[in-house]
Amino acid sequence: MVEPSVISNPDTNPNASRKKRRKIGSDYPNGAAAEPCGNRWRTETEQQIYSSKLVDALRHLRRPDSADAAVRTVRDAADRVLAVSAKGRTRWSRAILARRLSLRLSQIRKKHKRAARPDAGLKKPAVQKKLPPLQRKVRALSRLVPGCQKLSLPNLLEETTDYIAALEMQVKAMAYITGILNGVPAAAAAGGGSLAD
Amino acid sequence: MSSRRSRSRQSSGASRISDDQIADLVSRLQQLIPEIRNRRSDKVSASKVLQETCNYIRSLHREVDDLSDRLSELLESTDSDSAQAAIIRSLLM
Repeated sequence: MVEPSVISNPDTNPNASRKKRRKIGSDYPNGAAAEPCGNRWRTETEQQIYSSKLVDALRHLRRPDSADAAVRTVRDAADRVLAVSAKGRTRWSRAILARRLSLRLSQIRKKHKRAARPDAGLKKPAVQKKLPPLQRKVRALSRLVPGCQKLSLPNLLEETTDYIAALEMQVKAMAYITGILNGVPAAAAAGGGSLAD
Repeated sequence: MSSRRSRSRQSSGASRISDDQIADLVSRLQQLIPEIRNRRSDKVSASKVLQETCNYIRSLHREVDDLSDRLSELLESTDSDSAQAAIIRSLLM
C-alpha cells in the first residue's frame, strides 16, 4: 500500500527527506556529488573543453575599438565561457552571466533611469561601520566572488572553493592557448608542419 | 549532520552556524590556498585563511587579466604580415 505522505510530504518524515533536502539546497553539504566542490575543474577534460570553447569564442570576437576594449572583450569572453561551463550549478557562474545581461540592459536604460530614480544612491549607505576584523575579511571575500555578497558563511566558503578551482583552470587554459600562439614562430622555424592537424 | 543550531555565541560574530561547520569549511579552504598548503603548519587561524584566500583570488584575477592582455595583443597582431600573424590567422580565423 503506497504511503503518499512519505513521498509528497517531506515535512512529516525528516529522515526520508534527507536526500531531497540536499537538492532543495540545505546549507551544509551532506555529499560532495551534487554540490559544487571544485574537483571537476581539475580534470584534463574540463580544461580541454574550456580551451576549445574559448578559442572558438576568440575566433568570433568583434573588432575592438581600442586596445583597452580588446583586452576587455578577451577577458569577458574568457569569463563568459567559464561561467557557461559551470552549467548553472554555482552562484558565481550564474552571477557572471547575469551581470553581463544587466550591464547591457542598464546601458540601454541609462537615459531613462537617471531622471526617474532619485533613490539610486540610497541602497548603499556611506556609513562606515567598524566590523570586527574577521567579519571584514568575510565581506572582502564575498566581494571577490561574483554574486556572493549576501551569502551565509558556509555557502560563501563553498562557492569560494569552486570559484578558486575554476579560476585556476582558467589560468592554465589561457596560458596554454597563449603559449601555443606565442610559440608559433618557434614551431614555424622548426619546419612548421607539426601545427597543422 | 544537519546541525544548524545556533551554538556559536561570540566567536564569529553575527553568524548562527556552529563552530564545527565553520572550522571544517575553513580547513577545506585551507587546502586550496598554495600559500598555506606549502607552509605545513597545522594551526592556521580562520582570519589568516580568509586573508590568504582573498589574496589568492586577487592574484588569480590579475593573472587572468595579464593573460587576456597577451591574448588580445596576439589577436591584434594578426593584422600584420609576419609569419606568426599568418599562422595565428590560420589557427583562429
